[in-house]
Amino acid sequence: MGSGNSPCASCKLLRRRCAKDCIFAPYFPSDDPQKFAIVHKVFGASNVSKMLQELPIHQRADAVSSLVYEANARVRDPVYGCVGAISYLQNQVSELQMQLAVAQAEILCIQMQHEPSVAAAIPNPQQIMEFQEQNNNNNELTHHHHHHHQYLNFAASSSNVIHDSLSRETLFGHDMVS
Amino acid sequence: MISERCAACKNQRRKCPSDCIFSPCFPANDPQKFACVHKIYGGSNVGKMLQGIPTYLREQAANALYLEAKWRIHDPVYGCVGIISSLYEQIQNAEIELAKIQTQITFYKLQTQRIEAEPNSEVLQAQSSNMEQFEWDNPTIASWFN
Repeated sequence: MGSGNSPCASCKLLRRRCAKDCIFAPYFPSDDPQKFAIVHKVFGASNVSKMLQELPIHQRADAVSSLVYEANARVRDPVYGCVGAISYLQNQVSELQMQLAVAQAEILCIQMQHEPSVAAAIPNPQQIMEFQEQNNNNNELTHHHHHHHQYLNFAASSSNVIHDSLSRETLFGHDMVS
Repeated sequence: MISERCAACKNQRRKCPSDCIFSPCFPANDPQKFACVHKIYGGSNVGKMLQGIPTYLREQAANALYLEAKWRIHDPVYGCVGIISSLYEQIQNAEIELAKIQTQITFYKLQTQRIEAEPNSEVLQAQSSNMEQFEWDNPTIASWFN
């Protein structure tokens, strides 16, 4: 907490007196000036203060952490920020789901081959895998996510506008998703 | 002839100059876009950020900021970071699932190899005893299939 002698990192940067009930002090200790500097650069101190004030105290620490994460992402990638990372991760999810579908088709074939009485009714394994792959290729990224969490649905419907132009996968997101 | 102000200048109640940095990114027909971005980042911050980006990328940057601002308004504690966490979780779960199935495939392939290596034994009998042997040797893996 901010005492008369040691202002928190925010008040140090803003060059003002750190009051006892300073809203920033619990989350921006003076030994980590960079943390507040980056959040101030992206969001601005008054916006951060406003956001924290609107939250119950027990949620503020998490809010600060996520703001710091977002600010770092935006500094690393000034054009796409976190949105770049999200796009990259969505692609990974899609890729894995496709691999899963192929593997599931393969195991289905193998299991059916172990049941000789059923063997006569099995379609050609190649046909099963092509069917699965076709199904997955037809599912747009957005369609996939309609089955998932509500907020991904929210994201997908509004991300279409930038999605087509996000082709620079090699330039964004890699180091922040490690 | 008076040209229409961009959404940013309208919101800030000022004149919209012809070289306004906001107008390509915040057209007048979408006031919501600037309103959201202003609420989270502040107008002058957005201007500063856009200035640091080459002109041809500014609209995409504004769109990304809009998305992030919307997510932050929707979830004031975690914002878009909540989505990132959830995606990491999905990836992890999918990788575990994939590893399980690939192990199953390997198991069955080993099975087939064992049967084929003993061409004279009764196929069905050999199959079940091989499975029992495999389960006895590998109780953890076998329990995945039950």
